[in-house]
Formats: sequence, structure tokens, C-alpha cells
Amino acid sequence: MEKRYEFLDIATADRAFAAFGNTLEQAFANAALAMTEIITDTSKINKKMERKIHVEARDDKALLYDWLSEILFIFDTEHVVFGEFVVTITRADSKWLLDAVARGEDLARHEIRGEVKAITYHKMEIKKTDGGYRVQVIVDT
Amino acid sequence: MELKKINDMVWEIPKEGQMNVPGRIFASEKLIEKIKGDNTIEQTKNVAALPGIYKYSIALPDCHQGYGFPIGGVAALDYEKGGLSPGGIGFDINCGVRIIRTNLTLSDIKPHLKELLDTIFKNIPSGVGRAGKLRLSKSELLEPLAKGVKWAVEQGYAWKEDPKFLEENGSMLADTDTVSDKALKRGKEQIGTTGAGNHFVEIQLIKDIFNEDVAKVFGLEKGQVCIMIHTGSRGFGHQVCTDYLREMENKFNDIVSKLPDRELIYAPAGTDTCAEYYEAMKCAANFAWCNRQLITHWTREAFQKVIGQSAEDLGMHIVYDVCHNIGKVEKHKIDGETRKVYVHRKGATRSFPPGHEDVPAVYRKVGQPVLIPGSMGTASYVLHGTKEAMNLTFGSTAHGAGRVSSRAQMLRTTRGEKVKEELEKQNILVRSASWKVLAEEAPKAYKDIDEVVRVSDALGIAKLVAKLVPLAVMKG
Repeated sequence: MEKRYEFLDIATADRAFAAFGNTLEQAFANAALAMTEIITDTSKINKKMERKIHVEARDDKALLYDWLSEILFIFDTEHVVFGEFVVTITRADSKWLLDAVARGEDLARHEIRGEVKAITYHKMEIKKTDGGYRVQVIVDT
Repeated sequence: MELKKINDMVWEIPKEGQMNVPGRIFASEKLIEKIKGDNTIEQTKNVAALPGIYKYSIALPDCHQGYGFPIGGVAALDYEKGGLSPGGIGFDINCGVRIIRTNLTLSDIKPHLKELLDTIFKNIPSGVGRAGKLRLSKSELLEPLAKGVKWAVEQGYAWKEDPKFLEENGSMLADTDTVSDKALKRGKEQIGTTGAGNHFVEIQLIKDIFNEDVAKVFGLEKGQVCIMIHTGSRGFGHQVCTDYLREMENKFNDIVSKLPDRELIYAPAGTDTCAEYYEAMKCAANFAWCNRQLITHWTREAFQKVIGQSAEDLGMHIVYDVCHNIGKVEKHKIDGETRKVYVHRKGATRSFPPGHEDVPAVYRKVGQPVLIPGSMGTASYVLHGTKEAMNLTFGSTAHGAGRVSSRAQMLRTTRGEKVKEELEKQNILVRSASWKVLAEEAPKAYKDIDEVVRVSDALGIAKLVAKLVPLAVMKG
């Protein structure tokens, strides 16, 4: 399988990663997976339950920021983690809309590796590449 | 970038481009070399572009790269012509440090140390991915948010005297209507939890006293056992910051486009958004004080249980509690005039001088206690506030060691098990929920704390009082 994400060494106090996809949607989904990998081992997450997620924002970076923030919010309040994300992005008027289906399970049985406090805009990038898209995010840990 | 050397410990970033004032970095030759290794200087320069900023954009001896503002940064913005920037305060609003003293010595505690650490570990939840043990409803949470530690006193989580020994008496009265439903939902199960990362509860021993007279006023002496708590406002504060960054970006989109970095977004002074963010920030500050108070309460309980004496008999008084991620409305003398300003302290500790009305009455003669935690396994320090800090840094000094190696780098090169082993060789006990956290937080990931406080003392922005070394560490 081609590379879905990689961790980067560009932030002193925080964690940074790049996520890839043939489409922007895939890159956003892989960014969510990379962030979850900081919290727990995503390969061990069973896809027992399904959760729909919807976010809206004024531009693509704000959408990425809000998308990852929403997953953190669900993690903190419902104590569930997701190992799979299917993302659809549409544009209406001046808005960017994201709808996703996330699959995962209760966190209780999983080892917690670390905590993600928040998403930042610092050095955030969304770029079209030869083969698709690359997004880069630094999260506050 | 050109750095102008003002003297051995002061470096200036000359004013250019969008900068409204110059930048000033307070660091030794040794520290400045490390500081040049990341984006700190660029970020200090960017902060100087904020409106109504006075004197300098300041970076302290422990400064390192953050997002928008550097960590270890101070900026004072005019109360009417400036504004408030959530990025200048941080996601972890009122992340801070508290020290509790005891009347125990090393030989008193040694036989109990392992059991104490285990009990503290069991009593105090990390709260990462799990609810804490105090589960408030959303409406119950409103009270601690509105009035801070007063709530904890009413609920029996604090001694009556405790608030007197906290910055702001542990309470900044705040309007809870400014807080989102999301923040309430994240906060209600996380009050009374440490979180992970660099947060900890540590049993320490006072190794050295540098100033006997001031130490006596703070109730500290050589050979005394103390407890240090380092944590903040958890998911509640993170959500407040996230909410208002988004709101400011939407409302002031024209401002964003002119800023050198999107993370520097601010609410101009006088706008409703500025006032509302300040209220919400105070709610988060109150959350954090209650959080450290609950942890204090459970720590006192752990000592009572294990040692078999009451916390009162063990002399477990709070020495002090400082915020190192906070925005405050303060008055400062600037070029001979007294000005009302929003002081942003992002990874910076207040260092108010002798005689200042905001210093607790019992400490007013000597200045406030300044608490600077080390990284895991290294020393922590107590200093006292000074007039020099008022002159140079808007009454502020460093907040910790400051990272030099990234978390990613530490995970690649270090194993948590190894870190634990090395600490235990130095007779420091460690308990952590995660090996990864131990690897990320290994002592070598940080700058030399001894050098950071030495520079602070030499500059006079906070003077040394006591050095504490760890005996047992609990990491979230």
C-alpha cells in the first residue's frame, strides 16, 4: 500500500505530520488517521461502530482545522477512537462542507500513547502534487 | 537574521518591515545558540507587528518555537488601541505550577515513597481518553468556571487559607455565557485530571537555599520535602482557544490577511469579541485553578493515608501557584507614564516585585514566589519577583526549561523503559500511564534548566531562592 502519512521533525514542542491522498478527501482522511496514531495504535482499532461527522468552514485550511478539531472533541467527550475515515468534500457558495463516516470503537481497551491538545495553523499546508494531494499539520501536544 | 547584541544577556531584533517595535531576547551566549536553531527569532519578530504593542516583543531565556507566538514570549498591548490574541496565551490557558510544602524530611518520607507514588498515581487520574473521577454536569461546571477556587473551598476541596496563596487568589470572576457548549462538554469530565505530555505531580526535596531570608518568608528550608503540581485547563481551555481563534478569524478576516502568521489573529481592543474572549479565558483560568486544587486535595489525602497523619499535622500548606499561559489586564510604567495594557504571557511566569499590591500580604515584603519547574528528572526552582522584571519584561520571567529536541526526534531515539531505568539509577521513582510520554519527556529533550534560572537571576528579572530536586514523579 502506498504511504498514507508520515511524521515530520519540524516542530520543537509539538507533533507534525504530512498526509497524502489521490484526492483531497483521501488526504484529509489520512490526516485524521495520522492524528489518531499519536493517541493510540490505529492498527488495533476495530470498526465496531459508525459515526457521521459534518463540518463547515470558510476555506480549505479552516476546513482541515475544524475537521481534526471535531475528531478531538469526539475523542474527549465520547471516548471513542476511529481507525477508518471516509470523507466527502463539497463547496457551496463561499463555504467548504465536509461530510464523513468514521468507523471505530470505544477507547477503553486501547493503550493511550499520548495526548493531542489542539490543532494549529502553524506551517499548515494543503498542496496539489503530481499524484494527488499532500496536507501538513502541526498539532499541540 | 541580524541580532544586535545589547549586552551579554540582551539581544535585539532591530525594527523593520511590519514591526511596530523591536524584539528583545533575554538569553546568555550559550542559550542564544540553541534559540537560533528553530523559528523563535522569526516568531518574536512577527509578534512585534501586533497593534498597540509597547517597548518590545519579548522572548525569555527558555524561549522556543511555538505557533504564532514563541513559547517563552511576552507582549504588552495597549488596553484601548491594542487587543487580545488567543495565540499569545496558548491553547492550555492557565497552564501553571503549584508548590505545596510539608514538615517532612528525606528520612521521614523515604520508607513511604513508593507507596506514596502508587497512591497518588491511583488517586489522581490523567484523564486522557477517560473521564476523571469527579464527573460534573454542564450546569454544575458553571460554578467553578465563574468563581474559581472559591468553589473548591465551598465544596471542601480546599483549606480556607488556600486561596490567599494563589495568583489572583485563584479566582478571576468571569461571565460563563461566553463559553461554548462544546467547551462545557469537554470540561465537565476533565476537571481534576493532570493530562499527559509535560504535566506532572512530583515529590521533591529542597537541595539548596540561595536566599535564607526570603526562603524563610516562603516557609522553605533545606532538606524539606515539597510537592509540585504542573497542569492546566485541559480540554476545556483548548476548546475555548479553538472556538475564539475561529470566531476572530471569521469576524476579522481583513486583519488575518495582513498578519505575518495566521496564528497571530487577535480581537481589537474595544470589540465585543475581545471582551467575550477575555471572559471565556478567565473561565478557563478558573478551571485550571480548580483543577490544581482538586489535585492538591487528593495529594493531601494520599499523604494522610500513607503516612497516617492529617495533612494539617504534616504542614501541607500551599507555598504559591503561578499561571504561565495567561492574559492579564495590568498597569505598567512605560516611558514615565502609567499605562493599562493586556499583558500576554505565553510560557512566561509573572514576577511581581516587593510592595506590589497583587503579591499576597504575607510575601509582600520580598516579592511574589516565582515557580519554575524543571523537566522530568532535573531540578526545579523557586525565585522571587523583582523591580527589574517590571522595568525589563513587564513583570515576567521564564517558565521552564524549554525544549531543544522535538517529540518526534525523542520517539525515534529514546525508549521510555530506558528513561525510567536511568532515572531510577539516580534514585528518582517514576510512574507513567504511557512509555511514549516518558520517551518524549526524557530530560535530554530540554534545555539546561540551571542555565535558564541562572540567566534569570543574573538579569535580575527573578532572583534565586531555592533549588528542589525530584524524589518521585507521576506523569499522566
